[in-house]
This record gives sequence, C-alpha cells and structure tokens, in this order.
Amino acid sequence: MSIPTPSTPPRPQRAVEFTEVCRTFGPVKALQRATWGAATGEVTCVLGPNGAGKSTSMEIAVGLQRPDSGAVRVLGADPWRSSAEHRSRVAMMLQDGGLPQSAKPVALIRHLSRFYAHPWPVEDLCSLLGIDGFASTAVRRLSGGQRKRLALAAALVGIPDVVFLDEPTAGLDPQAARVTHEIVRGVAARGTAVVLSTHTFSEAERLADHVVIVARGQVVAQGTVEDVCSGGSLEDRYFALTDGDAHA
Amino acid sequence: MRSAAPTSARVQAQASFEARMLLSNGEQLLVSIILPLVALVALVLLNPGALSAGGLQAATRADAARLAVPGIFALAIVSTAFTGQAIVLAYERRYGVLRLLGTTPLGRGGLLIAKGCAVVVVVAIQCVVLGAVGLALGWRPELTGIPMAVLVILSGCAAFLALAALVGGVLRAEGVLALANLAWVLFLGSGLLFPLAALPDAAAQVLRFTPPGALGEGLRSALAGGDASSLLCVVILLVWAALVGAIASRALRWSD
Repeated sequence: MSIPTPSTPPRPQRAVEFTEVCRTFGPVKALQRATWGAATGEVTCVLGPNGAGKSTSMEIAVGLQRPDSGAVRVLGADPWRSSAEHRSRVAMMLQDGGLPQSAKPVALIRHLSRFYAHPWPVEDLCSLLGIDGFASTAVRRLSGGQRKRLALAAALVGIPDVVFLDEPTAGLDPQAARVTHEIVRGVAARGTAVVLSTHTFSEAERLADHVVIVARGQVVAQGTVEDVCSGGSLEDRYFALTDGDAHA
Repeated sequence: MRSAAPTSARVQAQASFEARMLLSNGEQLLVSIILPLVALVALVLLNPGALSAGGLQAATRADAARLAVPGIFALAIVSTAFTGQAIVLAYERRYGVLRLLGTTPLGRGGLLIAKGCAVVVVVAIQCVVLGAVGLALGWRPELTGIPMAVLVILSGCAAFLALAALVGGVLRAEGVLALANLAWVLFLGSGLLFPLAALPDAAAQVLRFTPPGALGEGLRSALAGGDASSLLCVVILLVWAALVGAIASRALRWSD
C-alpha cells in the first residue's frame, strides 16, 4: 500500500487542542468544558454514546461550528477563521457523507483533487479504496459501504496533516473495515494526525495510540488504551464511565 | 510549500463541475431548455394571438417572435438562476454537500462564486440555443441593444441567484421544491413572459419594480434597441440583488 506523505514534515506536537470548550444547542449542552488533544502521527479514537458530543467536536475542529466558549486550535490556528491554505491541511469525513447525489465517484474525487496543489494521485487512491469498482455509478445508487469508502477518499485526497473521520467504518463489511484500518494506520505512520470516532471497542483497541471517552458532552477519560483501561477491558471501562447516559 | 491550489483554479474547477451537473441533470434540462423551447415554438407558431392580449400587436410571426423571444430568455434565466439553484441548494444542504465543500480549500465564499459562474455559463448556453431557434422562427433583434441585453441578463442572474440563496438556504428541501415551482408559475404572469402592457395599469406599475417585471421588461426594451427604461431595469435588478443578497448572507444555513 502506497500512501503519500503530507505536505508538512511530521513533528511530535499537538495538532489538535481543545481547551475548556463549551457548545450548546438550545437547552442541550453538547460540549461542557471539553479538554482534549491529538498529536501528529498518532491515531486518536473518540468513543462515546450517541449524542455525547463526538460529531460536534469534529465539526468545531474543521470550522463548521463555532464554540460558545473555550479555545480550539488545529495546527496552531483557530478553525473558525481558517484560510484556504489551512483548510488544505485539515480534512473531515462527515458521518452523513456530504456527497453530491448525482456525481460519479471517480469524477468526484478527481474534481476535489483540483482544490489542492499536490493531491494524492486519483487513480492510486481510488484503486486503494476499491472505488474503481463502482467508478461510474451515481452516488445515490451506491450502497452504504461504498459511500463510506468514497467519503474517506474525499477526506484523504488532499493528503491532509490532520484528518477527522466520523465513524468511518460504520456499516462496512469486515473486509472493507480492515482495508480502512490499514489506510488509517498507514496515513498516521506518515505523520498525519488522525482523529476517529467509533462505537467499536475492538476498532479503538486495534487502532488507537490515544483514546478519548466522552459522555454527556464531557471528557470522562483520555490517554493510551492501557492508561484508560487500568488493567481491565476497554469495554468494561467505557460502560463504567458512561453508565447512566440517557443515550447509551 | 503551498498545499492549496490557487483561488482561481479552485473556483474554476467548482464552476465547471456545477455547470456539468446542471447540464447533465434531466429535470434541470427540462426546465432550463426544453420547456422554454416548447413555449417559444408554441407562442410564435401555434398561438401568436396569445401575445395580442391587452392591445399588443402580434399579427405576424415576426411580431410574435419579437415579443416572445425576450420573455423566453427571461423565463430561461429564472429557471436556471432561481428555480434550479434554489432546489439544488436546498438538497445540497440536506445531503451535507455544503458542509463538505466548506471544509475544503474551496470554502463557502468560493462555492458561492462558483455557483454564480456556473449559472452564467448555463444561461449563456440557453440564450445561444433559444436565440438560434428564435432567429429561425423570424426573430430579428436590434443588434445595438445586445450589450444592454447582456447587462440585463447578468443583473437578472444576480437578482434571481440572491433569491435562490434566500429560499434554498433557509427552508427545508421539500418546502423549497414546492415554493420554487410555485414562484416559477407566478413569475410567468408578472411581466416575465408577457409584456406588462398586457396587464391592468395598476398591476403593471407595481410589477415593473419586481425582479420578474424588471427582467422581462428590461430584455424586451434592450432587444428592441435599448433605451433609458432598460437601464432602469438593470438598476432595479441590482438593487434587488444587493438587498436580498445581504439578507441571504445572514440567513443562509449551511445544513438542513
């Protein structure tokens, strides 16, 4: 598997920093003084029940939402005021895809690649993710798994320094999930900071250099899998920390 | 090392992508090319008398074409810049397309500029096709009025794009679908397709200052040689574009 290197050489630093971040939607407190971070060259897995604040955190990190209070820095910049140059180094795979319904997959990735000075070669990326197998099928006719692979390609085509993946393997068959895991590890090994939300404990145990567990908008644990588990299993620790969450 | 493509390259890429999507969409082609073509042929060949209402003289095929072609241009502009864009925008919000593109180097500003460029390209194609058919049917425009007609077309695109951004950027997709199609029908009789002189005087005086009235009258006046009234229509359309654009930029929601 050939994975290009990001435009900026990897340095051991915090690529993503959330400090005391709050975000509310009417009466709902989506994030409550959330403080966590992610480092270059590492995979950070964010675990939490539905509605815990995972997607909100990611959307704030790419400038799609503005926090009510607290500080967010991604590659040292405020994502809400990000420049085109900054956005070329930060990418996100949305949970719902964000794909134009009548577009053809390879044509769409080729189009998105034109936003970048040095994109991932489109044929290589599509081959790696198996997209060339459904190259000329309109997005609206793709299966859920095929859409996930296409959304992942859309996030990676710019060879970002930081990439946020919102449940990238949800709905994928085991083979496709394994390919995704290999790509995620490969991308991180080349120096990209990967932040990935998941509900799958085995996925977190397999991929994560760093784990963040959120519940009711708060970070309830973070560290390496070993740190968080304290000798037990990640699953037991997760339920102990998130027990009582209405959405669990 | 620079990692984003230059701004012009990003906007050009997105404008080209949007124009191709518009031209390859069957429903969009129906409202932007086929329906205006059918209306043009029907008005000029089958029922020139429809244009004679209210004292308008369309006794010959050339008269009918002179009255019909500018209105058909106006109809085509509204179909692409308003109806099509409002619906596309609403469903792009629904499917998260705007959010995805907002995270890329293109950004939200680049996306809106690209949409405007794509609409101008498609409208230009529409005018060439419809104009060619009009010429074949006997339409003979005043060539001196064509620069003014281009100004009216561009200001009309701006005004109706702003309206599309307001409707498509605020309401739910199903509501936009209903409202945009209803508005398309209402615009037809508001000075867009038929001259305002065919309407009661009081209504004509009001509709003259609305986007469909200003676009239709501006094109009819410009393609008849152009005078101060077509320039006034340009000003009216640009004022609408600025006012509605300002409201839309505050109200537009990037997700459904």
